[in-house]
Amino acid sequence: MRRMLLEGLFRRPVTEEAPAVADAELEELAARLGAVARARLGRSLSIREVDAGSCNGCELEIHALNNSYYDVERFGLRFVASPRHADVLMVTGPVTANMREGLERTYAATPAPKWVVAVGDCAAGCGVFRKSYATIGSVSAVLPVDLVIPGCPPEPIAMLKGLIGLIEASARG
Amino acid sequence: MSTLRTALLNAALTVEEQKPWPRITVDADLWRQATLAIAAGNATLAHLWAEPRAMHMAVLDDDDGALTVLTLAVPDGSFPSVGLTHPPALRLERAIADLYGLVPVGLPDDRRWLDHGRWGVREPLGAATSVAADGDAYPFLAAEGPPLHQIAVGPVHAGIIEPGHFRFSANGEIIVRLEERLGYVHKGIEGLLAGTTLDEAARVVARVSGDSTVAWSFAFARAAEAALGVAVPQRAIWLRALMAELERLANHLGDIGGICNDAAFALMLAHCGMLREEVLRASKAAFGHRLMMDRIVPGGVAVDLHDASAIKAMARHIRERFPRLVELYDNTASLQNRTVTTGTLSADLARRFGAGGPVGRASGRAFDARKTPGYPPYGDLDFKLVTRQDGDVNARVWLRIGEVYESLELIEQILDRLPAGPIAHPVAAALSERRVPQAGGLANEPHDTSTEGLAMVESFRGDVLVWLRIDEDGRVLRGALRDPSVFQWPLLEAAIEGNIVADFPICNKSFNCSYSGSDL
Ligand code: SF4
Repeated sequence: MRRMLLEGLFRRPVTEEAPAVADAELEELAARLGAVARARLGRSLSIREVDAGSCNGCELEIHALNNSYYDVERFGLRFVASPRHADVLMVTGPVTANMREGLERTYAATPAPKWVVAVGDCAAGCGVFRKSYATIGSVSAVLPVDLVIPGCPPEPIAMLKGLIGLIEASARG
Repeated sequence: MSTLRTALLNAALTVEEQKPWPRITVDADLWRQATLAIAAGNATLAHLWAEPRAMHMAVLDDDDGALTVLTLAVPDGSFPSVGLTHPPALRLERAIADLYGLVPVGLPDDRRWLDHGRWGVREPLGAATSVAADGDAYPFLAAEGPPLHQIAVGPVHAGIIEPGHFRFSANGEIIVRLEERLGYVHKGIEGLLAGTTLDEAARVVARVSGDSTVAWSFAFARAAEAALGVAVPQRAIWLRALMAELERLANHLGDIGGICNDAAFALMLAHCGMLREEVLRASKAAFGHRLMMDRIVPGGVAVDLHDASAIKAMARHIRERFPRLVELYDNTASLQNRTVTTGTLSADLARRFGAGGPVGRASGRAFDARKTPGYPPYGDLDFKLVTRQDGDVNARVWLRIGEVYESLELIEQILDRLPAGPIAHPVAAALSERRVPQAGGLANEPHDTSTEGLAMVESFRGDVLVWLRIDEDGRVLRGALRDPSVFQWPLLEAAIEGNIVADFPICNKSFNCSYSGSDL
């Protein structure tokens, strides 16, 4: 183990450069956030992930955000275990009827100010599962959504871009 | 051929056209006999599914991996319960009762399974009666007595994972009973398949469980091709296997890292996570999508491989790095302390439940759909079936380690010998060929022109099964899907008994069952 740790010290890091976020996108996010929230959140966000019915493809890519290539914590973004510690809910999947209450309760347990990010085509528009008796619809049919990251599943770099946008917006003003 | 299969075929009322294995209609007596034979261990239950007025049971012949489907007409809406004598069928029958309203006579557990009282409709694929969607209470099984307490976990878990509810009854730290309650991500997939085009259905099936999207698309394509008699070009067949092995490699690496991380050994997750990322990037470079979703389609594959250099470089690099991670796992006593003798699954239970994938193979069930029944191109490829007998978390880690090497081996063989040529045979052509009237048949005679196909493909998690009935225009009339998780989830309940609550995450991760795949 010691050898691997030592090697890690001298190897070139694999971590990606931070993706750039367009100014206009930032303005829009900042405007939605409001001054009070900005002051409170500062440059760090705690994220709670909620699978509201996904096929688990989106989860795999959210997981990838934590690997050394994307290393999401260097931006002040942290996945937390409880919604009570969270500023942001990242929600995936078409919301199933069976998960609706779980999602609503998670949202209720998250202290304000809070943001909802709908991750993936299912969360954005219910995807291929739209016509089912068992799905409610996109996340916005249940919760107010602040940011949509499309893709099936969205690549980690696209998610990183969206989340950095949130951080930047929260730091403005 | 096993004696059971011969007996079934001889006693069948009729033999229906289903490719490549027959579907036979049976009476209630033969249905019961088959159930008893399965319960006695003479064959394995591969799936149980319904239509509004019929029940189907897929039986796996343990000798050669051939499947036989038994169909029982259920005009009065009831059938002899399989779960009564063969517990692996319990949840399948509860789901059938929820969705179709059919009554499994004698079913020992009649609580609703997928139906949580939230759909606004009962028996959505049967009578479909509207009801209020305010939720049903769920009576959990009791485990009572002075020292016992319950711990309720989920459906929303403390991590980036799928939702489900676990109810632990514990005596201090020791788990006395775990009861799973699933169904939270039920999306009504069987209902969505009925009446769709082949393309639409393929996109839905690719999203049954995102981590095994390649295997699901592979199985769907094979079932459709079997039904329609489509011959797939050689190059497509080999590219499919290449994608399937990339998927297996990525998932096994992720799982090995994840299991170690659940023993608080984060270094392993960090390194395995990097290797997994390399596989996904190579997959994207080769096939244009990190998870290779929608890349396998009926008739062939959707994209050709133009440049294999990214995959080759990745495989080389993993061959260089991975042995050191294995060494690290092997030499870290504190880590092994958590995995050895933890969450042991007995060989007997693994066999009875037909546990697929690493879960079954780590408990001595030497089954891999790539070997039996087998499907191309695996018969032309050289790889070992990895098995172990010890059945604990450690065994499941080593099993995946062994399979990482086998998948690398397969990837290299495929790249070395990849045949040239077209990558798809248009399904439309096969459809119009089928429409040419058969010699001797009357042109206007009304006849059933639907056709059926069945396929089993080995995902990283175990065998996935797809059954399709397709009409002459290529529309899917009905589809039945079975994820390996269906038979693995109940085994987690058994494996965790007597372990400490704190070891649940590591046991759960070592099984890594799909919620989405089993809820559908
Ligand atoms: S967007 Fe795609 S990957 Fe994400 S949950 Fe939906 S189907 Fe799965």
